[in-house]
Amino acid sequence: MPTLHALANPARFLKIARPLTGIFLGLGVVLIAVAVWGGLTLTPPDYLQGETVRILYIHVPAAWLGMGGWSGIAAASLSLIVWRHPLAQVAGRAVAWPGAVFTALCLATGSIWGRPTWGTWWQWDGRLTSMLLLLFVYLGYIALARADADRGGDGRIPALYGLAGTALLPVIRYSVVWWNTLHQGQSIGLTGSSIDRSLLWPLPISLGGFTFLFAAIVLMRMRTLLAQAKAEARMRRMARA
Amino acid sequence: MNQMAFVAAAYAVMLGGAGALTLVSYLAMKRAEK
Repeated sequence: MPTLHALANPARFLKIARPLTGIFLGLGVVLIAVAVWGGLTLTPPDYLQGETVRILYIHVPAAWLGMGGWSGIAAASLSLIVWRHPLAQVAGRAVAWPGAVFTALCLATGSIWGRPTWGTWWQWDGRLTSMLLLLFVYLGYIALARADADRGGDGRIPALYGLAGTALLPVIRYSVVWWNTLHQGQSIGLTGSSIDRSLLWPLPISLGGFTFLFAAIVLMRMRTLLAQAKAEARMRRMARA
Repeated sequence: MNQMAFVAAAYAVMLGGAGALTLVSYLAMKRAEK
């Protein structure tokens, strides 16, 4: 928590964010390149799914970041409501667009995987429908946060919405357990995986790469919002003078 | 059904989407910080 409060000063945050943006972006690009190369050329086809199993290396990171993005919004919302952290409102808004885009990419890559695997582009089953709901919840948050910022709000209403939306995360996580879905059940857990090592190894590299890329995008967006807020404050001061 | 066509389409969508988002965010940051 002391580290979190140390970043409350935007100038101090920017001093750290500027070098980190490039480092995260570079690490992300390199790891994604390695994972894509390994996933497309070095791993064998699956005995059941054939070549389409290679979509795993991009679909899982998209799902992870779609849900992880909302966890970021929830953490920012909590810091805004409980600690009144000055950067929480900016952080929540910065995470929303990348989170929504990766949720949409998860749905798109899943749909492309579904056609040759299940014989359909889309099915209204628990996992797919709950992920689609998450995308709509993201779009609602983006509209609400934008309207709140335009009206000069303190960000508490979008923060409450951000916390309420967190209820969707366990529904997505356990949808394959609670309902008999077309989507496969959990194959990777904290203690191990049912996927063979020869197929699994590019996945953690891909997860790491896309997570670094996501972090770089969030930092870029936070820097954009802070620079815009600074410019608006300057114009307001000039208008008063 | 050519499975590799679906794999290529999925990778194109993911890398294109993530790349476009990165580029748009980078350009917006550069414009705002100028």
